[in-house]
Amino acid sequence: MRNLCTIRNFYKRIIYTLKYSPIVLFISLCALVAVLFSIDMSVGAVNVPLTDVWAALTGGDCPAATARIVLDIRLVKAVVALLAGASLSVSGLQMQTLFRNPLAGPYVLGISSGASLGVALFILGAPIIGATGFISSVGIAGAAWIGAALVLAVIAVVGHRIKDIMVILILGMMFSSGVGALVQILQYLSREDALKSFVIWTMGSLGEVTTQQLYVLIPAVTVGLALAVLTIKPLNMLLFGEEYALTMGLDIKRSRGFLFLSTTLLAGTVTAFCGPIGFIGLAMPHVTRMIFRNSDHRILLPGTVLTGASIMLVCDIVSKLFVLPLNAITALLGIPIVVWIVLRNK
Amino acid sequence: MIELENFSIGYGDKALLSNVSAAIEKGSLTALLGRNGSGKSTLLRAIAGLNTKYSGRIVLDGHDRRGMNPMELARVMAFVNTERTRISNLKCEDVVAIGRAPYTNWIGRMQPADREIVMRSLASVGMEAYSHRTMDTMSDGECQRIMIARALAQSTPIILLDEPTSFLDLPNRYELCNLLRRLAHDEGKCILFSTHELDIAMSLSDHIALIDSPCLHLLSSREMKASGLIERLFKIPVL
Repeated sequence: MRNLCTIRNFYKRIIYTLKYSPIVLFISLCALVAVLFSIDMSVGAVNVPLTDVWAALTGGDCPAATARIVLDIRLVKAVVALLAGASLSVSGLQMQTLFRNPLAGPYVLGISSGASLGVALFILGAPIIGATGFISSVGIAGAAWIGAALVLAVIAVVGHRIKDIMVILILGMMFSSGVGALVQILQYLSREDALKSFVIWTMGSLGEVTTQQLYVLIPAVTVGLALAVLTIKPLNMLLFGEEYALTMGLDIKRSRGFLFLSTTLLAGTVTAFCGPIGFIGLAMPHVTRMIFRNSDHRILLPGTVLTGASIMLVCDIVSKLFVLPLNAITALLGIPIVVWIVLRNK
Repeated sequence: MIELENFSIGYGDKALLSNVSAAIEKGSLTALLGRNGSGKSTLLRAIAGLNTKYSGRIVLDGHDRRGMNPMELARVMAFVNTERTRISNLKCEDVVAIGRAPYTNWIGRMQPADREIVMRSLASVGMEAYSHRTMDTMSDGECQRIMIARALAQSTPIILLDEPTSFLDLPNRYELCNLLRRLAHDEGKCILFSTHELDIAMSLSDHIALIDSPCLHLLSSREMKASGLIERLFKIPVL
């Protein structure tokens, strides 16, 4: 009997170890991303069988029309979903640790709003200056970066003087509302064609991203993620707060600079091309902490990349199945997660 | 180990300490006493490098604090603040391991020697059994010990603690101060902690630094007891 108990305990321990072992979790999440990526490639206005998707990707035998759909439309969209989900979630993770607040995120802090204002000014003004093509892609991204960086600068200056995180969150909310009002005024004053493209942009869309824009999106997000990797150790030290981080030898100014630059590139670029996407950045770091049961950023950062990419692919699949704007889906999927987190922490 | 030379600090026009010179020795536990608002935290934060608005010199282990960068400072001095720090989802072992930050590489990779120091630090505060527990299920006293183990893992000759006993009950306060005393004596560290616990400070610490604005009296506990300074500073007007 006692032997049986020992054996059972032994198995329990193995299962527990496997369940929370980061390697097993990473492999499972990678597999999940791959599966969702494939589904995202095959689902849409026309359903393409997975074998044809594979054939189109590898240059195998499939109808020319299918190959065009897969390579020119679906692949771009799926890659954008992957990058957007990963970027927003990593940005959320950085802000949550830096501000030591579970409710921080690019959307809540007004970083996405700042980017929106930049894009609004650019899109609504673009017909006047006549920017098109690649210049317009760079312009949109640039405007979003400037907008996001300005908001971060304001938050950083205020946050340095006032240590209270509530003040920063309230400021972020006020900023979002203020920007919303400004954008409305801009819309009211702008031309019809520019207005339409802007309204569609605010609903959030992965499909509007062109291959050309991908040439801006991919490098910007890659640099943002590379900078994020460099902030892993500072983030771990910042878990204890700035005082501890400083007395453990952290160069706070430099680390904060890296974090802000990284978040600006990640959240700013994604907002520029996909519109303001809410809740993903806030919710996914929490989901990752829960899955891995760890607060070490060496685990959390890659974990967040994978969970963020997965959720965005799910959102994209759902939005294609029901032909709905992406922003509505991220909110409908994200809000229950956030509510669950708040209730669970009580 | 910690030397103040013509040290002055204050808020705006109000001078908390002016032209103070004192030397706090290594291998001894020193309690920093003073009334509320007398500048205990301000002094500790200045020594820790968190407040640079002072005049005069702070010399740590023979080096002027102003000339040290954060990394050099982190190898000479560790700090434990008043905050109740609880990091969820992080094992105590990993919390203490972050104390090795001044010595690890860009991503914080632990070498076998670092791991050994972490385990030794946990053992020094009597928490080796907790290495796999997370802080969210632990008491305030236990968390405080873990934060002290983190400071120990920094392998510094100086440790500063700002009111480390404030959230603890009486037995835990004594136990914690005993622990600090043991660390100072056995490991030869220079430990300076601020507190409002006069009894504990008098009975367990080797030296007392008393802030009597704008002066700082630094005496051994016995001399401090005999001096009558504490009674004068802490007398209750009604009685």
